[in-house]
Amino acid sequence: MIIFDRVSKRYPNGREGVSNATLRIEEGEMVFLTGRSGAGKSTVLKLIALLERPTRGTVMVGGKNTGTLASRHIPAFRRRIGIVFQDHKLLPERPVFDNVALPLVVAGTPLKEIDKRVRAALDQVGLLGKERALPLELSVGEQQRVGIARAVVSKPPLLIADEPTGNLDPDLAVEVMRLFKRFQEVGVTIVVATHDVHLVRELGLREIVLDNGRVQGNDIDPLPGMVATR
Amino acid sequence: MSLGLTSYGARHVQALLGSLGRLARNPFSTFLTLIVIALALVLPLGLELLVTNARIATGGFANAIDLSVYFKTDVPLAKAEQLAKSARTRAGIAQIEVISADAALAEFRAYSGFGAALGVLSGNPLPHVLHVHPASNAESAESLEALRQYFAAWPEVDLVQIDAQWVTRFNAILEVLRRLLMIAAAILGAGVIAVIGNTIRLEILNRRGEIEVTKIVGGSNGFVRRPFLYAGILYGLGGALLAWGIAASAVAMLAPAVASLARTYGSHYVLVSPTPQELGILIAGGVILGWLGAWLSAARHLRSIEPRA
Repeated sequence: MIIFDRVSKRYPNGREGVSNATLRIEEGEMVFLTGRSGAGKSTVLKLIALLERPTRGTVMVGGKNTGTLASRHIPAFRRRIGIVFQDHKLLPERPVFDNVALPLVVAGTPLKEIDKRVRAALDQVGLLGKERALPLELSVGEQQRVGIARAVVSKPPLLIADEPTGNLDPDLAVEVMRLFKRFQEVGVTIVVATHDVHLVRELGLREIVLDNGRVQGNDIDPLPGMVATR
Repeated sequence: MSLGLTSYGARHVQALLGSLGRLARNPFSTFLTLIVIALALVLPLGLELLVTNARIATGGFANAIDLSVYFKTDVPLAKAEQLAKSARTRAGIAQIEVISADAALAEFRAYSGFGAALGVLSGNPLPHVLHVHPASNAESAESLEALRQYFAAWPEVDLVQIDAQWVTRFNAILEVLRRLLMIAAAILGAGVIAVIGNTIRLEILNRRGEIEVTKIVGGSNGFVRRPFLYAGILYGLGGALLAWGIAASAVAMLAPAVASLARTYGSHYVLVSPTPQELGILIAGGVILGWLGAWLSAARHLRSIEPRA
């Protein structure tokens, strides 16, 4: 599903977000990206979602090379990826329904279908009945779940999450991770960046450790070897 | 609803209603913008009305070029009328009016203000005159010259005068006004584009967060641009309608004064309002300028907003 081949990303200010990173994430896998803040977790996610393009190396997502994808194909590319943000990036002046519906609206989904799928997504995150609420009227945990509903409403094959539990207390964090696990069980590939190592160990899933922009353990190992540490 | 076309149409309606709603939510700033646009549009419209009205008010003589045929003073009225009758059969003549010396003197006495002075004259010094209106297909310089020679050849005729010079001059003045109208329309049209473009630019910056999120979830540039284009169109349309309102009020306020002015000239002239065609051009112009201003602004500023997670 996702292949990084000796990928480096250097920002205009000279900082290197990712250095010579090689990794591979299989379809249907749920993987954690861990490491201290500033280790390059967010950069890896941005490279996957084509919010950034690599400076060197190749990033393949769903069989597409993000380095050479034409700008006009980026919207269609992003529609196949659900993204969850730490600050959830909800539109504060729009009700929950509109926030969750946005990916369907931009994809031109018929209105009846939108209604059905938004309700289904809200049901999955346990927020059915909150359609008309404004995001700021909800608790932080509920806001995060609205963000997750928005990420999954269009049933993307790939879901990426950047510190989705960063603002949540431990109970809520576990709940959110269980939610992700349920999506993985229906075949969605999931990549979660987090610094919450305990939570990751508890779930016992594959972990890719980043340190200072480098993938720990095997940044010399090229494709197609599985790049993983447990 | 499940048809692609229907959902495409529905998305446009959504974008339109969304833009309308946003404009309505900030009535004061929307109104200020509309006033600026309306003022820019009403000036060319006002000039157009001025030109149209000037042409209609003077229409009776501005388009018809007259010949005045002066008889020698010793030619009797009966002879003049007989000559007029034979001239009416000639091609190229629309109408001939015989003005007798007595009628001319009476008119002169009534309107010139020399009534008392004229009383001291022993007889009528004025000749009989023919007012000749050429047919509309005989107004070229050559046919007028042919007409002039035709009348001048009569032995009873003293002088043939073509009253063309002031008509030419008047038409030239109208032409200058029309050019001025074009230039004003071009300059103010550019102004409308700038005003709408700037308004849309501010709107885009205000909604930066929303645009970013929309792009993150896969909104195309076309999708993101659409509500701003509709906002531009609505600004243009609203400004044009407001300009119409301003022009109509101005005409209504001026009409009584113009009517009484016209009465002093013995005319029943009434100030005309914009024609449906002029309103059509005004509204289409407003809409096109609004769309263009929004498009230019959106093309420039939306590209600079790329999501940074």
